[in-house]
Parts: sequence; C-alpha cells; structure tokens
Amino acid sequence: MTPKIRAQGLSFYYGAVRALHDISVEILPNLVTAFIGPSGCGKSTFLRTLNRMNDIIPGTRVEGRVFIDDADIYRPGVDVVALRRRVGMVFQKSNPFPKSIFDNVAYGLRVNGMAGSRSELAGRVEESLRQAALWDEVKDRLHESALALSGGQQQRLCIARALAVRPEILLMDEPASALDPIATQRIEELVYELKKAYTIVIVTHNMQQAARVSDHTAFFWLGRLVEYDRTDKIFTNPAEKLTEDYVTGRFG
Amino acid sequence: MRGRALDRAFQVLALLVLCLALAALGALIADVWRDGAARLSWDFLTGFPSRRAENAGIWHALTGSIFVIVVTAALAVPIGVGAAIYLEEYGTRSVAARVIEINIANLAAVPSIIYGLLGLGLFVRALAMGRSVLAGASTLALLVLPVIILSTREALRAVPPSIREGSYALGATKWQTVWYQVLPVAMPGILTGTILALSRAIGETAPLITIGALTFVAFAPDGLWSPFTVLPIQIFNWVSRPQPGFQVNAAAAILVLLALLLTMNAAAIWLRDRYQKKLR
Ligand SMILES: Nc1ncnc2c1ncn2[C@@H]1O[C@H](COP(=O)(O)OP(=O)(O)OP(=O)(O)O)[C@@H](O)[C@H]1O
Ligand SMILES: [Mg+2]
Repeated sequence: MTPKIRAQGLSFYYGAVRALHDISVEILPNLVTAFIGPSGCGKSTFLRTLNRMNDIIPGTRVEGRVFIDDADIYRPGVDVVALRRRVGMVFQKSNPFPKSIFDNVAYGLRVNGMAGSRSELAGRVEESLRQAALWDEVKDRLHESALALSGGQQQRLCIARALAVRPEILLMDEPASALDPIATQRIEELVYELKKAYTIVIVTHNMQQAARVSDHTAFFWLGRLVEYDRTDKIFTNPAEKLTEDYVTGRFG
Repeated sequence: MRGRALDRAFQVLALLVLCLALAALGALIADVWRDGAARLSWDFLTGFPSRRAENAGIWHALTGSIFVIVVTAALAVPIGVGAAIYLEEYGTRSVAARVIEINIANLAAVPSIIYGLLGLGLFVRALAMGRSVLAGASTLALLVLPVIILSTREALRAVPPSIREGSYALGATKWQTVWYQVLPVAMPGILTGTILALSRAIGETAPLITIGALTFVAFAPDGLWSPFTVLPIQIFNWVSRPQPGFQVNAAAAILVLLALLLTMNAAAIWLRDRYQKKLR
C-alpha cells in the first residue's frame, strides 16, 4: 500500500529549541494511526507539521521533508491554504469560534467556496453535526452561540467543523480528553466509521483508547520516534524496552 | 494578620485618591454649571454669534464641531484600522515594521500644536485646502491616527491565537481569517479606542487655531470646503472678551461640549456592549 503521509528526516525547532529529532514515518491511508508518548514529547508538534500549522508560529523552523500523496508539502510554492483544507485538524484545546453553532460548522464551507445553496449548506452542516454525535443535542439551538456549549460539546463541534470541509486526512489531537465515556465512545465509533474514507492520525494519552481505535501506533519520547508498528505489536510485544515500560505504565 | 491590615490600608488610600479626583472634577463641573446653566436654551443652541452676549448662540460652532469630527472619523478610522491590521497581521516581522511601530508610539506623544503646524503647511497651503472643514479634519485625523493605530493593534493582539489557528486549519486565507474571525472579536476594543481618540480630538483647540480656524465665522459649515469654527475655539474666543455676558456664554458652551463628549463616550460603551453580546 502506498503511504498517504511520509515524513523523511523531519526535525523541528522552536527558536533554538529542537522539539523533533529526525523523524521518519509512513502513515497508511484508510487506517487509524495513534501517537502516544509522555507529555511534552512532541506529539502535537509533529501533528502540526503535517498541515503546516506550525508555520504561523514565529521563529520556528522545519528540516527534512513531508510528503502527502508523494508531493512534498514543504517545497516552495505549495498552496498552504489548499493543503490545510485537505488535512483537517482538531486541536488539543477546543477552540470554537465566538459565533453560532451553525456558523462554526458552515465557516469552512463558506471560506472554501463550498457552501452551495442555503439548503445544501444546511444539509452539510446537519450531516457534519450528526457525524460528530452532536446533532441531537444542538438541533434546536443551531443559531445560539457555540460558547454556551459544554467543554465536551465544544470539542465535538470542532470535530464537526473539521469534517464539514471533507478533508482527506484528519489530525486529531486528544479529541476525547474532555469527553465523558459515552461521548468518547461515540467519537471512537466515529473514528472507526471515518477511516473507510479518511486517513486518521490521533494523539491520545489513553492507552486503552489507542489500543481500541488504532491500527498502527507510534511511540514518541523526548522528540524522537522510538517505535512505530502495528498497534497489537506495540501493546503486546514491543521491540523496545522503553515502549514496553510506557505502555505498561511502568514509566519514570 | 498584618497582610490583611495592609490590604485594608491600601484599599482606603485608593478610595481616597479616587474621591479626590472625582471631587476636583465635580467642583469644576459645578462651577461651570453655576455660571452657565441659566444661559442654556434652545435659542442659545440654535443662535449665531452676535456682538451682544445675550443674543449670541453656538449653532455654527456646534455643527462645526460635529461636522469636523465626523469627517475626521471618516478619514482616520479606515486608514488607522487598515494600518494596524497591516502592521499586526502582515508586517510584524520585518525591520521596517518595527521602525514604523516605534515611530507611531512617538507620534502619539507629539504635542498637538505641532500637528497644527503640519496641517497649516501641508493641507492649508501645499494642498491648497484653505481654512476649510477638510483641512481641519485632515489635521485632526493626523492627530488621532497614532492613537487609533495603537489601540487597534492592542485589540487585535488580544484576540486568542486559537481562533486564528482554528480558522487557518479549515483552509481559510489570512484575509478571511482577519475579516471573519479576528476583526469581529477585536471590534469592541477598536471601537472604544477610536471613540476615545475622537473624544480627545473634539476638545482640541491648538491645532485648529494654528491652521487658522479662529477667524470670525458666523454661519454653519455647508460643505467640506466651507470655513468653520468649533466649540473649543468659540469658548476660547468668548473667554477672552471683557464683558461678563460672554463669560456666561463660555460657561454654557463648555456645558454643551461636555454633553457632546459624554454622549460620545456613552455611544462607545453602548457599541462595545452590543458587540460583546453578539459574540457571546
Ligand atoms: N509554541 C511553542 N513555543 C516553544 N516551545 C514549544 C511550543 N509548543 C511546544 N513547545 C515545546 O515543544 C515540546 C513538544 O511539545 P508538544 O506540544 O509537541 O508536546 P506533546 O507531546 O503534544 O505534549 P502533550 O501530551 O502534553 O500535549 C515541549 O517541550 C514544548 O515545551
Ligand atoms: Mg499535545
């Protein structure tokens, strides 16, 4: 299978601080890849290099290359705006816009010229909210402010917002960390559903979740990729001692 | 226990200082009110200047003030907000932008009479605008521009980065992000800063005297090229007359100017609240 995303010797610097060390990895389409590792090891940083979200942080620098569908996304002249539409992202901290629930989901469609007619737009918004398991809770107050939603609802709104523009790749940075078990389960079912059409990368601190939803798992440690393999292998028979210590909770 | 006492002492001190400031302001207003309140009437508001104090009115100066400030806003707000957006969102990293930034901060501290001299040389003479509303408004626009730019940048900077990130991540361009997400959130701050800057401009006398607005004007301005006068200049004019009747007029005109200022500030608060409610 040809990889959807391929990072080659990728390093990342916040100013003089090196946050990623020479990472090479191939992420396959229509699978769920989980990133695990202790806090501060660079999971979010790596995720954000995949849609060039780090570009907007001043003073940062990338070395190495990232290919999506065999095209280097860091080569000069890449249309970053188009790239980000193809590579959707759900942030670690939920960040709904201070607008109505409807406008939050419709925003991506509008700015990308995908809004279509009023009814098409409404249909797309409803579909996205249903996919994110939020529709039933908000269908009667679509035009109220998104900031009035609970933390978990806001996170699902951000997922709906990302899905609305139909990206090819979905990067999810701890999408379930603020959710109750039922909503978490809905998200996991959603991830399972979505992987038929999408390539999904999910960061999680929850080992059970990684084991449940992902096909492949990458273990990061201090900005390095320690081990990357099939999820069952990582959790039952890892090659590295470090990985084993981490997944069994014997860390530190 | 000592910390608590200190806390309490500080609170009392702060309250005292506040009362002192308010008392000074109150005394000032009370004094002007005593002198001028009786003179306030419809005839006074709609009257024109006259050699006899009891016939004189302020219609020409009141409309002049309002007209000039509206034109000032029309000139300074788009330019100031646009410049701030450019500096904050597009140019922050370049050396040139940093030099401009420092200069703008310095410009905000330049005495207003210097702007008057600039206006006299640039607008009145070089651009041949004469002593018109447009020349006066252009001069005041220059004066408030640095303040509008600084407060707009402050407001833009206060927009949480997560909102920008969310917008970019959906494939929005920089311009879309600024227009649809950043500006609406920054709007209350921009409005407040702008109206406070304009409130300052409406009380300015020196730069307008410098460009020559002190000449006798006995009619309301009727266009951008019309000669004009404004309330502070009319007040200045009356105060310098020996007859006591004009002193009373000056006090009454001060009350009108204060009312105009309070209205503008109230409008600022109202607009800000309205926007904040829309965001919630
Ligand atoms: N904007 C930034 N500026 C400077 N350093 C940063 C920035 N963001 C992250 N870092 C640093 O980069 C390293 C990796 O951070 P990152 O956020 O990628 O970790 P993470 O694995 O996502 O952690 P967590 O599980 O806590 O989310 C950390 O040492 C962090 O301090
Ligand atoms: Mg993180």
